[in-house]
Amino acid sequence: MTTYKEPTARGYYGQFGGAFIPEMLYPNVEELRDNYLNILADPEFQREYQMLLRDFVGRPTPLFEAKRLSKKYNTRIFLKREDLCHTGAHKVNNTVGQILLAQRLGKTRIIAETGAGQHGVATATVCALMGMECIVYMGSVDMERQRPNVERMRLLGAEVRPATSGSQTLKDATNEAIRDWISNPVDTHYIIGSVVGPHPYPDLVARLQAIISEEMRKQLLEKTGSELPQYVVACVGGGSNAAGAFYHFLDEPSVKLVAVEAAGHGITSGHSAATSVLGKPGIIHGSRTLLMQDEDGQITEPYSLSAGLDYPGIGPLHAYLAAEGRAQFISIEDEQALRAVAECSRLEGIIPALETAHALAALGQLGAGPDDVVVINLSGRGDKDLETYMKYADSIQ
Amino acid sequence: MNRIQQAFEKKGKKLNIYFTAGYPALDSTVPMLKSLATAGADLIEIGMPFSDPLADGPVIQQSSTVALQNGMNMRVLFTQLKDIRQEIPETPILLMGYLNPVMQFGVENFCREAAAAGVDGVILPDLPLDDYVDEYQEIFRRYNLKPVFLITPQTAEARIRRIDELTDSFLYLVSGPGTTGGANTQAAGVQEAYFQRIEAMQLRNPRLIGFGIADKASFQQACQYAEGAIIGSALIKALDGADDAPAAAARFVSSVLN
Ligand SMILES: Cc1ncc(COP(=O)(O)O)c(C=O)c1O
Repeated sequence: MTTYKEPTARGYYGQFGGAFIPEMLYPNVEELRDNYLNILADPEFQREYQMLLRDFVGRPTPLFEAKRLSKKYNTRIFLKREDLCHTGAHKVNNTVGQILLAQRLGKTRIIAETGAGQHGVATATVCALMGMECIVYMGSVDMERQRPNVERMRLLGAEVRPATSGSQTLKDATNEAIRDWISNPVDTHYIIGSVVGPHPYPDLVARLQAIISEEMRKQLLEKTGSELPQYVVACVGGGSNAAGAFYHFLDEPSVKLVAVEAAGHGITSGHSAATSVLGKPGIIHGSRTLLMQDEDGQITEPYSLSAGLDYPGIGPLHAYLAAEGRAQFISIEDEQALRAVAECSRLEGIIPALETAHALAALGQLGAGPDDVVVINLSGRGDKDLETYMKYADSIQ
Repeated sequence: MNRIQQAFEKKGKKLNIYFTAGYPALDSTVPMLKSLATAGADLIEIGMPFSDPLADGPVIQQSSTVALQNGMNMRVLFTQLKDIRQEIPETPILLMGYLNPVMQFGVENFCREAAAAGVDGVILPDLPLDDYVDEYQEIFRRYNLKPVFLITPQTAEARIRRIDELTDSFLYLVSGPGTTGGANTQAAGVQEAYFQRIEAMQLRNPRLIGFGIADKASFQQACQYAEGAIIGSALIKALDGADDAPAAAARFVSSVLN
């Protein structure tokens, strides 16, 4: 049986993946590539990782049956509550694992990029926990629209450096983090926040997020009598929460996987981040994947109201799932996502992150029936987006 | 023997100058090339601007952004270079850029156009060695284009030997950790030890040192350990505010050489 889970030795999922990095990064990436599987499999690593997931992150996160949403959409909806993770999103599953990895590689300095600030906060948090120096790159536009997270990172002792090039968002922050790594090749580990970047990062981050679907299967068995739902739905920026939610269902063909991208002002508006629709194969941040670019191969500036989805690429695993038709890709506009924020808040008492709201907004498009089980990965909570929600209060009403 | 190898046959240390195509104006490319060659640059690298140049510092990021705004792209560049060998018959010309624009143009198309224009070599920092060997080497050879690979202080000895084997031009020694234009922040002696270690390896290809070489002093310093050096960001900076960019470029080259 073919597996979607594992890339080839050189990090390819079909034609997507690889490690297109300048020579300056080669020793770092090689060191990581040669060691990550052994470290992840090491019982001592696993003991510490599982302990931290339980006692620090608060796992397992609940699988909550959303009865009022279910009624509205006439299907059986469960929410995987990653918003209840420490720091408020799934991002911390990855940073806890990577900080332990960094320690075992003998690194003393941590860098990260962040869009919505959730990955930056999750990185700053584990650095505080382990007493490591932490520098987070964040686009200046994102620093403005996700201000509470900038303050959280600073309170946790991290330095937040603004990325002022390009559209001053996630792509540009990632460029700056990579340049920092080029300049600090020996003592620094780069904690990438999604299933993007050169091999082995997409596989590493997917494995660290896979705890989400591992728990889902057990919880579904308990609550529905079957480990397998009909649908798993997640939003995709780079695709880490989706990779985690899909992982243990990837090789279960009966489970429909639905990846939800940000359409921004609309697919054809010129202000969008729907990479699976608008992208072509290309190279971004060391990975060959689907990429929004012009005909000259220049990367185009994406747009989404949601900082975490405002990225012109997707992880190579997702590019492969799209190309193979293994996952269905749906795109949701800003306005639809804002309406989903209100709906989830009022029907379920949960204020979701703006990124997550894109997944929720796809509920009406699934075609799920009354007997179907739908799991939405509730990737994060909405506190960080309060200013945006206040600004767009009219759309939310 | 290719033009690059011929250039290294000549006596003396080699100055390799990088500039960005289409900067400061779209049609600056050819006047800049002529001016640099006349002023005494021994090799010239033409930067093909990219929106997200990961290995470049702020100066080349900025020149790339301006060049793209000016309308530079691969088609325009090859049109500009069409008759360049009538003007500059000998000086080796290399194209430097990132893989994605080359991939979108088509690697074979790119090689064909470059060879037709009389380009001698190509530097694509984000093209990994293994991918070059597996996918591109055969095409590069067919068009007699010489790849140039980077070596850094962290590059392992076996890998340096492999790079040397795959090269028929020169080895690009990155002076220290950092992106283009960065100053040398290493402790005294660290850089020298690295250059000497490479020198002692007795490699087949000549070596040029690049990244952070900015003026006559740093050029001569680098020349103690290699056949020459590469200057990019400092040249671009020297064009700042100049009415006549090619003339400013020539003055800069003279200031390094004389
Ligand atoms: C709550 C939340 N969900 C989703 C994302 C998007 O990232 P990914 O696609 O890697 O899950 C982010 C990114 O910041 C986020 O904060």
